[in-house]
Amino acid sequence: MSAEQDILQELAGREYEFGFETQIEMDIAAPGLNEDTIRFISAKKEEPEWLLEWRLKGFQLFQKLTMPNWQNFKLPEVDFQGVSYYAAPKNKVKYNSLDEVDPELLRTFEKLGIPLEEQKMLSGVAVDAVFDSISVATTFKAQLHELGIIFCSFGEAVQEYPELVKKYLGTVVPQSDNIYAALNSAVFSDGSFVYIPKGVRCPMELSTYFRINAKNTGQFERTLIIADDNSYVSYLEGCTAPMRDENQLHAAVVELIAMDHAEIKYSTVQNWYPGDKDGKGGIYNFVTKRGICKGKNSKISWTQVETGSAITWKYPGVILQGDNSIGEFYSVAVTANKQVADTGTKMVHIGKNTKSRIISKGISAGHGHNTYRGLVKVGPNATNARNFTQCDSLLIGDRCGAHTFPYIESKNNTAMVEHEATTSKIGEDQVFYLNQRGIDNEQAVNMIVNGYAKEVLNQLPMEFAVEAQKLLSITLEGSVG
Amino acid sequence: MLDIKNLHAAVEGNAILKGINLTVKPGEVHAIMGPNGSGKSSLASVLAGRESYEVTEGSVDFLGKDLLDMSPEVRAREGLFLAFQYPVEIPGVSNINFLKTAVNEIRAYHGQPPMQAKAFLDMLKSKQKLMEFDANLMNRSLNEGFSGGEKKRNDVFQMAMLEPKLAIMDETDSGLDIDALRIVSAGVNKLRSKDNAFIIITHYQRLLEYIVPDFVHVLYNGRIVKSGTKELALELEEKGYDWLKEDIRLEEPVQ
Repeated sequence: MSAEQDILQELAGREYEFGFETQIEMDIAAPGLNEDTIRFISAKKEEPEWLLEWRLKGFQLFQKLTMPNWQNFKLPEVDFQGVSYYAAPKNKVKYNSLDEVDPELLRTFEKLGIPLEEQKMLSGVAVDAVFDSISVATTFKAQLHELGIIFCSFGEAVQEYPELVKKYLGTVVPQSDNIYAALNSAVFSDGSFVYIPKGVRCPMELSTYFRINAKNTGQFERTLIIADDNSYVSYLEGCTAPMRDENQLHAAVVELIAMDHAEIKYSTVQNWYPGDKDGKGGIYNFVTKRGICKGKNSKISWTQVETGSAITWKYPGVILQGDNSIGEFYSVAVTANKQVADTGTKMVHIGKNTKSRIISKGISAGHGHNTYRGLVKVGPNATNARNFTQCDSLLIGDRCGAHTFPYIESKNNTAMVEHEATTSKIGEDQVFYLNQRGIDNEQAVNMIVNGYAKEVLNQLPMEFAVEAQKLLSITLEGSVG
Repeated sequence: MLDIKNLHAAVEGNAILKGINLTVKPGEVHAIMGPNGSGKSSLASVLAGRESYEVTEGSVDFLGKDLLDMSPEVRAREGLFLAFQYPVEIPGVSNINFLKTAVNEIRAYHGQPPMQAKAFLDMLKSKQKLMEFDANLMNRSLNEGFSGGEKKRNDVFQMAMLEPKLAIMDETDSGLDIDALRIVSAGVNKLRSKDNAFIIITHYQRLLEYIVPDFVHVLYNGRIVKSGTKELALELEEKGYDWLKEDIRLEEPVQ
C-alpha cells in the first residue's frame, strides 16, 4: 500500500500546467447582474434589437427559476452579483486579420499549444479561439467559405447571418431549460457558430479553444452547430484557465442540429483549472449541451474527456426525433484530489427505429467523486427504439467514490433498453504484474487507465486522442491504487 | 547468480518463509516442489518483490547486488522474471504495446536506446516462431479473455522476449493440457543457456520429464527440507510428501 500512497500524494501535489495568467489590458464590466448589464453586453457587441429582447427574456427566466436540488454534490453558493459578465482584451472588438491581434494573446494560445498562425497549425484543423468573452481569431475561414461552410465566432454570426441565428437559437436548449441555461441566454458573450450546407462533408476538424483569463469573471459562451441535409462535421472544443484561489463560473450552452442524413461529431477535451489539492479554487463547469437529430437517418455523437474543473455538471444529450436517427455518448470523466463530476447524458427517443449508445467511463482518484447520471427516455411513437448503456467506474485508492444513477422511462413496449455497469479498482495485482515486467508504477497506472478508457478515446480525432491520453496521464500522475 | 541466505518472510505478521537457503548458478535449473501451503509461491513473490510480503530476516544476493533493496521493476530490469501462477488481465492494453513498453523500459535501464519498430517486430516474429506462440494473441488486450492455458503461454512468451537472467516459473504447468505443456517445455528448453538459470515451482513430476532439472528441492513449512537431483522428484511422485513430513517431525523439537 505504501507505494500507492506515495503516488497518490504525488498526484495530489501535481501542478496544473496551464495555470498562468496573461497580462493584457482588459475591458471589464463592473461586477453585477441586472438589465443594465445585459444592455451593456448587447451594446458592446452591437447586437440587433431582437437579440437584446431575447437576452432580457432569458434574464427574466433566470430570476424566476430556482436552483436544482437533485445533484449528487453540495451545490456551492454562487454569488451572481459578484461576477463580472464581460471581459475582453482592450482596443479591438473585432479583428480583421491576425496581424491586428495583440501579440501577447497570440503568445498565450501558442503557450497553450494552439498556434493561430495558419502555417503553423496542425493541418486539417480550423480553430476559433475564445479569450474570456471574445473570439480572438478563427483560422481557415476563407478555405471553409469556399465550400459554403460557415465557421465563425457567435458574435460575428449575429452580424453576418442573423437569419440563421434567429431561426435556430434556443430551439434545442430552451431558455427556460434550467437556471444556468437561462443565465447563459441572458449574458452569453461569445462562442462558435457553424453551418454546414447541404451535401457538404466538412474537410477538416473544426475546433474552438476556450480560455478564461480575467479574474473574477465567468465565461458564458454559446455554440450553435447546424448540419444541413447529407452533411458531416466533426467539431472539437478544448479549454483551460489560470490557477486562482477563488472559484470561477463557466456556464455554457451548446446546441446541435442535424437534418436528414446529417452527422455531427462533437468532442470535448475539458481541462479547466480543477482547484488545488485541498479543493481551493477551480472552475465550476455547469454546462447545458444538447443536440437534436431533427432529420431522418441523422446522427449525433458526443465524446467528452473531462479531466479539469472543480465541479463538472453536465449531461450532453440527444433528442432523437428523426426516424432511424442515432445518438451516441462516449465519456471519460476523471476526478482527482477533491474534484467532483456529476455527468452523463439524456437520450430521448421520439422517432421510430432510433438508436442510442452510451459508454461512460468514470475514474476516481484521491478524494474525487464521480457520478454517472443518465436518462434514456422512449416516447410512445418510438417503435423499435434501442439503447445500450455501459457505465463503468474505476477507483484509484480508497478515499474516492463512484456513483451511478441510471434512469429509464419507456412508453413503447417494442423498445429495448440495455444497461451494464461495472465498478473496479486498479488492482495491486495489475500494477505488480506490470512492475514485474520492468514497468514502474506511474507508467503502469497510465497503461491501465488508458486501456480502461480506450473505447472512448478511440472516438476522438487522432491528434486529440493523443492529447487526451497525455492529459489523462497527467491528471492521474501518481495516483496508483 | 542467486544466493538466498536464511530468508524469513511474513504476510500480515504470519511467518511464511522460515529460513530458506538456496544458491542458483548460471546454467542451472532448480525445481522446487512441496505440498500445498508450504511456501513455494510465497518464495516466488518475495523474490519478485510483492509488497504484501515482509522480509523479516536474511539476505538475497542477485548478480552481486542486494535484491531485497530493489523495487519490483528494478528487479525485473536487472533480469529477474516471474512467470505468474495466475497472470492478470489488463483490459484495453494491447499485448504488443505492453511488450514494447517492457522491452524498452529494460533497455533504458541498461542505457540502451528504445528499439526501432522494425527491429522489435522482427524480434517478435522470431520469438513467436521459437515459442510456437499464436500471433493472433499478440493483437489482443493483455490476457483479456485468454484461456488459462493461453495466459500461461503468454507469460512464457514474455519471458522469451525479455530474455531474463533468472526466470522463476510459478506452477506454469498447472492449467496446461498435455500438448501445451509439451510446447511450453520445449520453448523453455530452447531458452536455456549457460548464462541463464531457472527456478521451476511445480506440483508435478511430469513437467520435470520435459524440463529436466539439475536440482530438486522440497519446500515444507517455509523451509527447504530436502534437496537432491531429478531422482528425488520421482521418489516424491511415488511416495508423496508424508514420509518427508514424518522425518521432519522426528527432527524438529516439539513446540
